[in-house]
Amino acid sequence: MRRLILIAIPYLWLLALFLIPFLIVVKISLSDTALARPPYFPQLDLATGWQGFVDFLRELDFENFTFLTTDDLYWKAYLSSLKIALISTALTLLVGFPIAYAMARAPEEWRPTLMMLVILPFWTSFLIRVYSWMGILSQGGLLNSFLLWLGLISEPLTILNTDTAVYIGIVYTYLPFMILPVYAALEKLDGSLLEAAEDLGCSRTSAFWLITVPLSKQGVIAGCFLVFIPAMGEFVIPSLLGGSQTLMIGKVLYEEFFSNRDWPVASAVAVVLLLILIIPIVLFQRNEQKQRESEG
Amino acid sequence: MPQTVFAPWDDPAEKPLIQFKGVTKRFGDFTAIDNIDLDIYAREFFALLGPSGCGKTTLMRMLAGFETPTEGKILLSGQDIGPVPPNQRAVNMMFQSYALFPHLTIWDNIAFGLRREGRDKAAIEARVEEMLKLTRLAKFAKRKPHQISGGQRQRVALARSLAKAPKLLLLDEPLGALDRKLREETQFELMDIQEKTGTTFVIVTHDQEEAMTVASRVAVMDEGKLMQVSTPDAIYEAPSSVYVADFIGDVNIIEGKAHQTGTKLQIDWAEGQPALSATTTKNFDLGQTCYMAIRPEKIAISADRPSGANVLQGEILDIAYLGNISTYHVKLPTGHVIKAQQANTRRISRREFTWEDKVWISWTDTAAVVLAQ
Repeated sequence: MRRLILIAIPYLWLLALFLIPFLIVVKISLSDTALARPPYFPQLDLATGWQGFVDFLRELDFENFTFLTTDDLYWKAYLSSLKIALISTALTLLVGFPIAYAMARAPEEWRPTLMMLVILPFWTSFLIRVYSWMGILSQGGLLNSFLLWLGLISEPLTILNTDTAVYIGIVYTYLPFMILPVYAALEKLDGSLLEAAEDLGCSRTSAFWLITVPLSKQGVIAGCFLVFIPAMGEFVIPSLLGGSQTLMIGKVLYEEFFSNRDWPVASAVAVVLLLILIIPIVLFQRNEQKQRESEG
Repeated sequence: MPQTVFAPWDDPAEKPLIQFKGVTKRFGDFTAIDNIDLDIYAREFFALLGPSGCGKTTLMRMLAGFETPTEGKILLSGQDIGPVPPNQRAVNMMFQSYALFPHLTIWDNIAFGLRREGRDKAAIEARVEEMLKLTRLAKFAKRKPHQISGGQRQRVALARSLAKAPKLLLLDEPLGALDRKLREETQFELMDIQEKTGTTFVIVTHDQEEAMTVASRVAVMDEGKLMQVSTPDAIYEAPSSVYVADFIGDVNIIEGKAHQTGTKLQIDWAEGQPALSATTTKNFDLGQTCYMAIRPEKIAISADRPSGANVLQGEILDIAYLGNISTYHVKLPTGHVIKAQQANTRRISRREFTWEDKVWISWTDTAAVVLAQ
């Protein structure tokens, strides 16, 4: 009985906070838009009893999903999001791995401080941090003034409102999610393994590729998923730092909901996004499980 | 045909494989190795023995190339290996933690060093199979290190470090992680493998029994210095200092003033007691402070007064029963406590002595070693 209660708690949690909201979104995505409040039709009225429920189900259709395939805006936005998420994940890895490596190699007494420095930005609001990047990247911003002062450029660069600014924003925001799992993997790495590799004839570089990289693989995979999944649906960064031509599905979703007030289409976009993301989430879970098994 | 005793260190024509020449290693202010000269010969099983922090591991890591001497030179086959990085030395090391690569199978672990040499596939396969056979691991070749037992992991580490057929194999506390029974078995296995492969082994250990069992010669170290380098029996029977005598096995040390006539030595050790007698080849000044070191098993214990060179009476203070032997702590009227050992040839119920018995202890004049320091 106690076991049942223990298992029931997380399942009830998932049911209440994930499955039910998701089913509501699915329901809206199958409805039609209407000039009403809430702005879609049909409404489920439980007072009408069973017959009312059957009538309600009859009104639902996949029209909105078909619509998504007719307008090329949507699949272009999905592809563009995928591209931006993939590239920024790769960039975050490129920046994050050396930082995590340096942290793991730092003297033990420094590590808590370095860890603190990585976590510290979380203490300020995410929005404020993204806004401050607008100040840095704009035409008259800090970066341009600095480069002009150095004499490296003669005219200010246009960075803000381009894809570059979006990449900078995503890499900056999600960097800790990459550093922490990679650091955890590298920190566990026994230094004598590298000495053993060297003893058996490896150079420092080949020891890095043959020992350090494979043994930090799990951390790298975890970090990549932690960056890729939220970056895919990112909305704030492209709308603040990106330009009008920066197409991301999160932005499209926002516009459908709040500008067009077309809730059913917006819900359909959200459902498809979720289905796309389920693939990497399942892969991520499998990776985690494999890691637990190999350690057990 | 009598077998020739393996003792290249006594042969002046023999060239040592490894030579330490005035080697000093400092870490900041701390001197880990203090001006050491040491020769190790080919095919030796050489043990570095000492308490933790005595510098034995540093000495070994200098041979592997992970540390460089602050002063002095290390020669391998007559060549200075100071500037040679670890990956280019004909030296391999078996790590205390084994340092097996967790993401590779046993087979790939053993093949790791061979692959780095760029040998062809068939040669690598043949060598790995040979190593698996030598260490009785063929059944586990496909497994990962976390899927085998501690004893098997130890053998994988050994196979991996031997695979490249190094001139010199370094073993850092190789049996430290094994339980006692397995450790004893593995000691003999190590000696067997050392003999079969003809590789020179240098082993670091803090376990004196292990060093005595496996080694052809033992170096006892303390605070970065070599206290004595000799065969296990010489270290035990003829220690050069009180430190070595005390570090290896159990010993009674009696301090006194020397009075020498030829090889005979009389030692005044306590007020109103007859002098103890011993023989020595060393020379002591009259009245010089000296230390008589005597092993407990060389002291006889009896109820009646025996005749002999050194006979003392005392009372049994404590008995340590170890099964095969018992150690008796005998308190002398002077306050000295002397340990005497006796084999338990009879069942315990028929033991002759018990607590607070008055007994006589005795030893011959050749049983003890007299040391100046």
